[in-house]
Amino acid sequence: MLLSVVIFLPVVAAGMLLAFPALSNRAASWLWVIVAAIDLALIVGMWAGFASNSAAAPSGIVDGIAYEVKIRWIPTVDASYHVGVDGLSLPLIAVTAVLFLAAAIWSLREQKRPRSYAALFLFLQTASIGTFAALDLILFFVFFDLSIVGMYFVIAGWGHGNRRRSALKFFIYTFVGSLALLVGFIGLFLGSENRTFDMVALAANPPLIDSPLAAGLVLLAICIGLAVKTPLFPFHTWLPDAHTDAPAAGSAILAGVLLKLGTYGFVRIAMPMLPDAWQRWAMIIVIAGVVSVLWGAFTALAQTDVKRMIAYTSVNHMGYILLGLGAAGLVAQADEQARAIAVTGAMVQMVSHALLTGSLFLLTGVLFSRGGTYAFDRWGGLARPAPIFAAALGVAAFGSLGLPGLSAFIAEFQIFTGSLQAAPVATVIAVTGIVITAGLFLVALQRLLSGKTQVPNPAEEPANRATNGRHAGVVSPAEPTETGQQPARRDRNVTTAVDDDTVSQATFKDLHGRELVATVPLLVLSIMIGLFPRPLLDVIEPAAAALSSLAGR
Amino acid sequence: MTGMEAMSANPLDLLPEILLLFGAVAGLLLGLWTPRGRQARVRTVIVVAALGSALAAAIDLAQPDKAVFDDSWMIDTTTGVVRITVALATATAVLLASSWLSGHPRETEAYVLMMLAALGAIALAASNDLLMLAASYLLASIPLYALAGFAKDSRGVEATLKYYLMGALVGVLMLVGIAALMLAAGTGNYRELAAALPQAPTPLVALGIIGVLAGMAFKAGAVPVHFWVPDVTAGTTPVMAAFITTIPKLGAVAAAFRLVAEPFAQVSLDVPLLVAVIAAASMTLGNLAAFQQTEVLRLLAYSTVSQVGYMFMVVAVAGHSVYTVPALSIYLAAYAVTNLGAFAAASALPKAGQIEQWANGVRWRPWLVLSLTVVLLGLVGTPPTAVFVGKLAIFTATADGNLIWLFVLAAVNTIASLFYYLRWIAPAARAAFAGSDRQAGTDSTSVPVLAAPAVTVHATAIASVLLGIGAGLWLAVIA
Repeated sequence: MLLSVVIFLPVVAAGMLLAFPALSNRAASWLWVIVAAIDLALIVGMWAGFASNSAAAPSGIVDGIAYEVKIRWIPTVDASYHVGVDGLSLPLIAVTAVLFLAAAIWSLREQKRPRSYAALFLFLQTASIGTFAALDLILFFVFFDLSIVGMYFVIAGWGHGNRRRSALKFFIYTFVGSLALLVGFIGLFLGSENRTFDMVALAANPPLIDSPLAAGLVLLAICIGLAVKTPLFPFHTWLPDAHTDAPAAGSAILAGVLLKLGTYGFVRIAMPMLPDAWQRWAMIIVIAGVVSVLWGAFTALAQTDVKRMIAYTSVNHMGYILLGLGAAGLVAQADEQARAIAVTGAMVQMVSHALLTGSLFLLTGVLFSRGGTYAFDRWGGLARPAPIFAAALGVAAFGSLGLPGLSAFIAEFQIFTGSLQAAPVATVIAVTGIVITAGLFLVALQRLLSGKTQVPNPAEEPANRATNGRHAGVVSPAEPTETGQQPARRDRNVTTAVDDDTVSQATFKDLHGRELVATVPLLVLSIMIGLFPRPLLDVIEPAAAALSSLAGR
Repeated sequence: MTGMEAMSANPLDLLPEILLLFGAVAGLLLGLWTPRGRQARVRTVIVVAALGSALAAAIDLAQPDKAVFDDSWMIDTTTGVVRITVALATATAVLLASSWLSGHPRETEAYVLMMLAALGAIALAASNDLLMLAASYLLASIPLYALAGFAKDSRGVEATLKYYLMGALVGVLMLVGIAALMLAAGTGNYRELAAALPQAPTPLVALGIIGVLAGMAFKAGAVPVHFWVPDVTAGTTPVMAAFITTIPKLGAVAAAFRLVAEPFAQVSLDVPLLVAVIAAASMTLGNLAAFQQTEVLRLLAYSTVSQVGYMFMVVAVAGHSVYTVPALSIYLAAYAVTNLGAFAAASALPKAGQIEQWANGVRWRPWLVLSLTVVLLGLVGTPPTAVFVGKLAIFTATADGNLIWLFVLAAVNTIASLFYYLRWIAPAARAAFAGSDRQAGTDSTSVPVLAAPAVTVHATAIASVLLGIGAGLWLAVIA
């Protein structure tokens, strides 16, 4: 019951926001913050309850599920409203609530239709938490699809640059993915002995054991669906566009939460339900992961736009997750313990990436709100006027490149440790990805923070002109496709390059108020996980062990 | 089937149909003595009769399946579903049509024709005999010819003529088919046909099956006899298009389902393949044609053609999967609700033919845009709307019936359909966003928005979501 409240509280609040137009915009924004905070508080309570009970029930996925509710929905196909949490979903539900609270605080000053904005994000929160909590394939699909619809409107309605095209691209790619997923789900249903969509029953008694061809095809459909969402090379092309043109809070949610729906699908659905096929194709999964690692890293290196760069590092980070999960399927090459470590690493990586990339996207939002562009060459020397911003960006970037002491290190270290035995060559190649990411983050920090202070004037940026000068409902043909991608063409006089400290402090305001409150807790959480990972690992490890043994059947 | 004892000629078995007929006759008589300004009372009679018919059908569901009137009329789950959905959809369509018909010189006549066409649709679904089917075909067709040209404008008259000529042609084809089948089997009764057709000469049976299925495909608006759909939909008024593209389809698909499941089940020809090809062609060609449309009504017309494709999927696997009857039940209801909603959205702004005009007209109506989004994404099959559950059930049934290629093609088509529905949603959402940016309503070019259709859009959007969430309940009621 508590879990259902956690899932549906945000959408009920969204309905209230729409139903009472008398509510002022400011009140709407604050209501959003309050609801997000209540939801997080409830989840913290759930975590406490789960952690105190988990000693008795040592696993997850097929048993040891807490806060379980099952109500029959469509009995003819045995689909039900079945939700619950275990060691796999609880950390992701918690980090989802954290990120949505951060997005709410970040958006307190939203000027553009704040009420609808808040309602959409609350709707998205229900969809995201619902997906993580779902224990029925159809319910999972319902929430999964709703998250796409919600994010489409966030990008189309509140983005910048070429937002409509990006939103459409996002919608169509992920919708294609979700249809592939649905095809796979129907395959699982028809292949199961008792004809059910129930995830727990399917994981306990995996379908299609005796028909490897069908199992392979079903796995292919599910993997395509999840790979689009994750995204993995070569299905990642929607990601940079969607991220670049989404509003800062939308980007943080997209990277922090929605990408996890894809990776979570692998651990919740693909691995335990098709263990046989997963083992057979594990090497392909590992290779897909490694290719994504390298592709994401190298493409990120080539970007001239901060936000696009961070978007590509997401492809890179998701690649590590797939490497770990694929390695967990290589039963012949590795012992159970190593595979469990790889899965644990992958799970921690999901949480860590949510926190770090979420904060990185919020911080780039600071750049856009101050200067109206993300282009590297328009910015410089920001450490001097904005030390707090520089420090926060530094921590997030170092965390993202895997510095020990932050959460990503815990995750990536475990992934590599767990995978080395199973896929040594792939793991060694993937480690080089770390080196490239380290390089690109250092270059990015250097470009933005050091050197001569350089702050663009937002009014002169083409991206902003397009947004501000836009007539309602009319597409401006002059809207540039990729904001700030062609520095050579731009007039250099626009930039206000200054050496004098007093002037530059006036032009670039440091992190303050809501920006600080939204980003710093994410970084603090990441550091806490990096320094004291035990509480998180205590929840994840039993479930990871259960998963690797289920996938090793 | 318990044989002869189950057959009866109790008129009460036909209570839902009798109520519809009573509503039509009472409405007509009442209308004759009612001044033009007060025709609303006729509407009340008609709607009450339709609701009563649905209620009677719902109560009748509790009884076991039975064939009545010399085995010519089958009352089972399929019939029950069609009875309920047609009656409720007709009531909705009458209320929707009142936005245009109110004060019209021939208002009563329109309502009466709608009731008769609804009766024809139910008769199609319930027919258990080829001759009954032929009669039902006529009853379901002729009122619609009149309704299509009801406005008496040039576009409407042209559409009617096309509709009528095509209907007559296909009708002849169907009669030839029925004659061939009766010649081959010596009977028109479905149960006896099922036993006799496997031994009958194949060419005769093939001719018969093609003719009869052509008739059903025409009523449903499936490829290759779909040419009337866009012309009639765009030529008539939006409220009439809502009725014409919704109600007869329900009966025709159910009739085709019954035919394939029973008399054609054992024949040596591959009937499921033929139906599967019709389904595949309908959904694919409907989608491809819809991409090009800039007119709201033409876009919806092709959308209904592709929707028929999904419905025929379940006809293709009739009798080959345990999931077909639930799938058909949920999809028919879901389609009726959602399609009425989409056409109601078009009727709300009857002056706005083009999508852009429509979008501009709803600039200050974010709620209408929200409901439109729910309805159109519902037609795509986005959860948790009713069509999603229907599609899920149909896809499952098709895969279970081993038509894997059709299942995959339908999934691909679902993705394709997203494009043209988004072509309507996106400008509308953009206009609504822009409208809320600029608070004051200073635009002088705004198109008036009619109240009754707008309410229908909201109601169907809510119903679509409720039916999706309550799908289990609906299936429990009809099972």
